[in-house]
Amino acid sequence: MRFVDFLAQVIRIAIPYLFAAAGGVMAEKAGVVSLALEGFMLSGAFAAVLGSFYSGSPWIGLLCGIVAGLLFGLVHAVASIRYRADQIVVGIAINLLVIGITRFFLRLAFDSSSNSPRVAGFSEPAQGNIFLASLSNPLVWAGLLSVPLLTWVMYRTPFGLRIRAVGEHPEAAETLGIRVPRVRYGAVALSGMLAAMGGVYLALDQHQFTDGMTAGRGFIALAAIIFGRWDPARAGIACLLFAAAETLQIQLQGTQAIPSQFVQMIPYVLTIVALAGVVKRSVPPAALGRSAD
Amino acid sequence: MNDPKAPMILMRRIEKSFGPVRANRNASLEVCAGEIHALVGENGAGKSTLMRILAGLYKPDAGIVEVNGQNVAGWSTADAIAANVGMVHQHFMLVPTLTVTENVVLGREPKRGLAIDMARALLEVQELAQQFGLDIDARSCVRDLSVGVSQRVEILKTLFRGARILILDEPTAVLSPPEIQELWKVLRRLRDGGGTIILITHKLDEVMEVSDQITVMRHGETTSRMKTSETTPAEIARAMVGRDVVLESIAPTPPAGELGTAAPRAPLLEVQNLVVAGPNRSRAVDGVTFSIHPGEILGIAGVEGNGQTELIEALAGLRSVSSGTIILGSRDVTLTSVRERSAAGLAHIPEDRQRRGLVLDYSVGDNLILGDQHEFTRGAQLDRQRIASNANTKIQHFDVRPADSMLPVRALSGGNQQKVVIAREMSGGFSVLLASQPTRGVDVGAIEFIHAQLREARTQDKAVLLVSAELSEILALSDRVAVMYGGRIVSIVPRADASKEFLGPLMTGASAA
Amino acid sequence: MSSATEVASPESVSPVRAGRWRTRVEEAILPPLIALLIALVAGDILILSFGQSPGSVYRMLLEGTWGNAYGFGQVIFKATTLIFTGLAVSLGLRAGLFNIGAEGQLAAGGFAAALAGLLLPGATPTLIAVPLAVLAAALAGGAVGWVPGVLKARFGAHEVIVTIMLNFIVLALLNYVVAAHLHVSETLHTPEMRAGAVPRFSSFLEAFHGSAANITFLFALVLAGIVAWFLFRTRGGYDLRATGLQPDAAEYGGIRVGGVWIRTLALSGALAGLGGINYVLGYKHYYEEGFGAGAGFLGIAVALVGRNHPVGVVLAALFFATLSQGGLAIHALVPKQMVEVLQGLVILAVAAAVPEVRRVLRMRPGIAAA
Repeated sequence: MRFVDFLAQVIRIAIPYLFAAAGGVMAEKAGVVSLALEGFMLSGAFAAVLGSFYSGSPWIGLLCGIVAGLLFGLVHAVASIRYRADQIVVGIAINLLVIGITRFFLRLAFDSSSNSPRVAGFSEPAQGNIFLASLSNPLVWAGLLSVPLLTWVMYRTPFGLRIRAVGEHPEAAETLGIRVPRVRYGAVALSGMLAAMGGVYLALDQHQFTDGMTAGRGFIALAAIIFGRWDPARAGIACLLFAAAETLQIQLQGTQAIPSQFVQMIPYVLTIVALAGVVKRSVPPAALGRSAD
Repeated sequence: MNDPKAPMILMRRIEKSFGPVRANRNASLEVCAGEIHALVGENGAGKSTLMRILAGLYKPDAGIVEVNGQNVAGWSTADAIAANVGMVHQHFMLVPTLTVTENVVLGREPKRGLAIDMARALLEVQELAQQFGLDIDARSCVRDLSVGVSQRVEILKTLFRGARILILDEPTAVLSPPEIQELWKVLRRLRDGGGTIILITHKLDEVMEVSDQITVMRHGETTSRMKTSETTPAEIARAMVGRDVVLESIAPTPPAGELGTAAPRAPLLEVQNLVVAGPNRSRAVDGVTFSIHPGEILGIAGVEGNGQTELIEALAGLRSVSSGTIILGSRDVTLTSVRERSAAGLAHIPEDRQRRGLVLDYSVGDNLILGDQHEFTRGAQLDRQRIASNANTKIQHFDVRPADSMLPVRALSGGNQQKVVIAREMSGGFSVLLASQPTRGVDVGAIEFIHAQLREARTQDKAVLLVSAELSEILALSDRVAVMYGGRIVSIVPRADASKEFLGPLMTGASAA
Repeated sequence: MSSATEVASPESVSPVRAGRWRTRVEEAILPPLIALLIALVAGDILILSFGQSPGSVYRMLLEGTWGNAYGFGQVIFKATTLIFTGLAVSLGLRAGLFNIGAEGQLAAGGFAAALAGLLLPGATPTLIAVPLAVLAAALAGGAVGWVPGVLKARFGAHEVIVTIMLNFIVLALLNYVVAAHLHVSETLHTPEMRAGAVPRFSSFLEAFHGSAANITFLFALVLAGIVAWFLFRTRGGYDLRATGLQPDAAEYGGIRVGGVWIRTLALSGALAGLGGINYVLGYKHYYEEGFGAGAGFLGIAVALVGRNHPVGVVLAALFFATLSQGGLAIHALVPKQMVEVLQGLVILAVAAAVPEVRRVLRMRPGIAAA
């Protein structure tokens, strides 16, 4: 296998992680626990397929996916900020809710319990060269750009500075007249949209929606965030690393060198190692999970 | 000197309750432009609440708040900032992971396009710091700063927002004497430049040293207003505490003279060269040595944050010791657990009863066995009958109200919560008692009760280590007085030699004569 | 306003206390009721969107679950696993620990039980085989729960993240073991166990015929009683709850907080692991990949709706089991996926209603002083 093909494959696998991790970093930096990335992604994937199916345009699909992410992001924000619900529970509830909703509407719209019909996407993998196919997909570019863009937003803009302040010391931000809930609403809503774009990419890349198609990718993104110590660039690198391991595993599948299950475990094991501080402790934002008083 | 012009800040008939607690009732304040105004009162007198209302953090339930003649009651922090009112909080409101510049500009960042103009921000912060003589490196991360510098950053934050009215909440509680002098310089410079400063404090020497006008609060009310040049510390103290009688009753009652004549008995608690680590490789307790004999109360005086908390927690087994030894009776307990120390005769009234001393959602009865829960069992089960009878005995003996052992402790007043702690700690067979801020935030009646209990322990030949931020309390109860400063005990003297005049300078770091 | 400082004799129940009790009961019961109401409304909308009448769908749901012995048996079967995982999660929460790893612990427990039944000789008497298989399930689940406990106590690693990550690790590991070494060819399950099966209710009550309900349900009820006893009557429970409410006060009271964390997460894992016996010993007699079917995650919902009280957990488990069995019953009219939407909504609504109800009740005048 040529190196460019390998690289293209890594990027293809990494794009959903990059979007979701970018969204997760934003919400967690603002102090809101991000366990709903999986749900955001799945909602984006399903809405994108609906949009693309009825309009025939992947762009409409993208728009629908982003709106779905926004909606569930707002549900998360309202429950955990306005009603001060436990953020962990809210995340889990949204994941379950989105699974239920996508399955229900899969039946309602396509009368299927497993998958949607084929819809229009941005690229045609049938054309052979996956490297070229990836280059023509705007979502690939968007995903690759999401990390530098997020870094810029977090470290160079007032919004980013406020997010970081709110996630570390909300009371301090409040004394300076910053409206903590508003910053958090913004961060969580954006987080939902970003993560949903990961789902949009996934569904449009496969030209269909299949039940539960995100398959834990939201949690791999969460692992990347923690492994990357809540820094956008490091989290992005972690995403690429996890994607590379996965690519390698696919390549090795025939050879039986390492059982695939062990490769699948890599992100999770690394995250636990990072949390336990074997190399350098991964320390979350100080106000993470704490609802405002 | 001040011509009778309209005050710059006028607060009148302010009411503020938190649930059933009335923090401010009929509180008022008048501050004129260009003065340093001291707002004084005991802990819990409602000073901070009143100032948080002025700074827009709380909304008053009733009352008038005027700044420059405009009614602003119930405004937001953003409004207050826009009206040039800034507050430096007792607990720093700084984001530790951000730089000084980021902390200062947060909320009103200079922009270039969509981004923050970092270069300009840095320059502005540096210039401002220089203009007001504040020595700060604007690039450093706040996490790495000392408390003195952190406070300067806080002041800089308000100045950056153009504050002309600056409120400081107990600014000296965590500062060393040179840092305090530096702060006074900065405040005087601000005043001379036309700024108005409100200083919340309960320390009378500070009031006398730096303020122009004084407002005294007690139990949420404003009790008097005076000119610093026309009053005395005694007069302020009377206004703070409310009645001479209280001053009288806490006034020094020198202990009976038998102590010196009795045959020297073995100490019940011996501490040798104790070192306890603080944050960032510092030493919170730095080589402390003392001993306490039966029938003796050793009082530790000192400005809060000089290692008292860490010392007590290390003695109680709640904090690990870097080096040194703790001997309880004849046993070295340096490395033992909380429970082993309790079994060896140690009792502990903790500084923060609501966080440490009580499980607020547990009933009074369950709280009365905390620490001894293993003794109230029948097999694996808790012995409910014995827990109830234990509770009823102690509730009656210590007059806890309401007398209901099933009520969650959360539902009790501060004084009664403290009685629960004292009932539990002081009715067992202890030999050494650690009493940390035992009367903090309780009413006068409870204070007298608690003092009586401590004296009673002394007559029963117990050893008591008393830590209190109230010097008068230390002087009223102790047989010997130690002064803690910077993690060390700088002096231990018999009560007869300990006077406020002698202890004061030691507490602020002046070397012993 | 505040009458809390009234003097009362020790014998009489003070009015303050009576008010407290009422508040406490309301605080416990109101959020699930609010959530149920929200779920009913949302359910109506979904049913109408499918062109059916809500009344007949709900009637069908009830008839298909509590209306006949088979449906009821299936509800009980599904509730059994949920009682175990719900107890597991709520035990953790009582100690201030959020165990999201019940899914993995459940799988580990089921696998260990199946393995024990496979390794025992076929002639092992039931009285020996069953306890051994049950023990294996508890040990395996407990081991999986112990890991995050140690990592938290020793390194301060947050148990939420560790338990989530462990779910994936455990499931992948079991997947590997079964796929590589233990599966019956052409299937994803292990061979049938030789000993250790427990009887279904249908073997002595003909009406339950066809349903998988088995005596594990009774074991679950007994266990709920034991957990309640442990939490509220023993010193271990006193220490555990104190740690959950105020770790600093627990430490002050001589309780080793780290030890409580480790023990509680291990116990919690063991409870979740025991959930595996319902399916393995009581139903299929083998371990199958994905047999938990989300019961671990649903355990979080059960604990939440059951307000972390064993009695509440049992009731909530029956409620969620009714929903999921009811989904099958109404499938002819409305897709069964509807109940998954409702489950998610109930969790969300309870989570949001708990702090809100507490705030509203605490603002009610005359309850108590702060």
